[in-house]
Amino acid sequence: MSLDSVSAAVLTDEQVAADDGNDLSAVRAARRRHRGLVWALRVIVLVVAFGTWELLATYVIDPFYYSKPSLIADRLWGWFTVGTSKGSIWSNISVTLQEAVYGFILGAVLGVVLGILFGRARLLAEVLSPFVQALNAVPRIVLAALFIIWFGLGIQSKIATALVLVFFPVFFNAFQGAREVDRNFVDNARILGASRMQILWSIVVPSATSWILASLHTAFGFALIGAIVGEYAGASKGIGVLISTAQGTFDSAGIYAAMILSTVLALLAEVILGGAERRLLRWRPPSPATAAAGI
Amino acid sequence: MTHLVELRNATKRFPNGKGGIHTAIRDVDLTVEPGEFVAVVGPTGCGKSTTLSLISGLQPASRGTVEVNGRAVDGIPDGVGYMFQSDAMLPWRSVLANVAAGPLWRGENKAAAHDRARDWIARVGLEGFEGYYMHQLSGGMRKRVALAQTLVNEPSILLMDEPFSALDVQTRALMQQELLRLWAGSNAAVVFVTHDLEEAIVLADRVIVMTASPARIKAGFPVALARPRDVEELRTTAEFVDIYREIWRALSAEVDVSRKTARKEPNRVA
Repeated sequence: MSLDSVSAAVLTDEQVAADDGNDLSAVRAARRRHRGLVWALRVIVLVVAFGTWELLATYVIDPFYYSKPSLIADRLWGWFTVGTSKGSIWSNISVTLQEAVYGFILGAVLGVVLGILFGRARLLAEVLSPFVQALNAVPRIVLAALFIIWFGLGIQSKIATALVLVFFPVFFNAFQGAREVDRNFVDNARILGASRMQILWSIVVPSATSWILASLHTAFGFALIGAIVGEYAGASKGIGVLISTAQGTFDSAGIYAAMILSTVLALLAEVILGGAERRLLRWRPPSPATAAAGI
Repeated sequence: MTHLVELRNATKRFPNGKGGIHTAIRDVDLTVEPGEFVAVVGPTGCGKSTTLSLISGLQPASRGTVEVNGRAVDGIPDGVGYMFQSDAMLPWRSVLANVAAGPLWRGENKAAAHDRARDWIARVGLEGFEGYYMHQLSGGMRKRVALAQTLVNEPSILLMDEPFSALDVQTRALMQQELLRLWAGSNAAVVFVTHDLEEAIVLADRVIVMTASPARIKAGFPVALARPRDVEELRTTAEFVDIYREIWRALSAEVDVSRKTARKEPNRVA
């Protein structure tokens, strides 16, 4: 090997830096392309699914029973431009959302507080755990009927239904989170001078937070189910009422349209909760699983 | 005369999870004087750490007495600092918030606690890292945070449970040097548990050898090496090698015993 080729192989710092820059932008471009591909494929999945449905409902099956995307779109359009039989669509959405949000907040607060209490108070948990299990085994949707008797046809009975649906998943996660606090953290805090209350606030609650947040994702979905089922069982306004009205008039497109509305609400809540979770869990190391966590 | 730390016939038993009783330490007599650096060595898993948890008050002795500052230990005694084997810093707190935790929990106001924490973060060589979270730091840096977190409370007794065992060799030597530097200005007594005899001799004024499980005190050896010490250089000096040989004779017998029992009880975690 000649001396020339050796010196040619030695890169200057600038060249290395430039190379690094190129590599970085190449990686970014590849990532962008990949994201574009994923979204394009998602759109294709949607188009194929709805297209097949539309074609089948037009030529093969009876759209009276199964409806079809164009009819559903038409119904949604009508609701938003003209209004529903139960007043403007926004007023219906707002009622359902209020019930779900109140039920969610009350259920989550109650679940977190009791879950952490049970998680830290061993005796309490031992004594009451069979009762909690029994209550959890009650088919809670049935309670919607009971709550209407108790609280009437107004918003309170739906909040109560949403609350009981939200409470249990949050409670069990908070309980587990409070139990699985790293023994080392607690010992270290005791040595450093923390009191029992300080340990609860600075160690137990933050430790349980990631468990609790994980449960809140599904919990809002439950709150929405609670609100809608409650309305379906008896109310004057809300998405559940739209569904029961549509059912009463054999309007399958109306049922689908209400379904889509509630799906959109749940997805919006998911986005908001996801943002809150990212803020609260900023301290967590980025995990390689995050990329796959889209589902 | 009262000692800073005094254990007499201290015994600790645990349920071993199989319906029986496991004796971690038996009839341990140990005294530590103010400002003294004592290293405790013994075979891996013999119960050395249990000695520390008795002194710290995290666990009560099953039998015997444990006194700190002439008072029987009942709860966490004043002036005790404890550095655990694994990281115990809170991952959701920044370096600053972790180091300031002790003073804040002890009722100091926020500004003063943060000032003191900043000062200690600088002293352990982490200036500029105050806002970092634990996962953003290397193993050695995390040990520095743990040191600052413990020392910010200005303990008069510093308990250390194999604090550097998870570090690579070079970082470990660096941290040993750092520990000696910080300790030299502190006047605190140190009880340093390790299974690494080299580490014990390099750091300590006195090396205590414990037997295989259940651990008892086998012998104590003074380490008359001059201070300040350079941990890297010291290992190669003739005096160091002599002391090492002497203590190793006592320790190796115990290591053999411990290996044999470990082979007989494959389920026991070493």
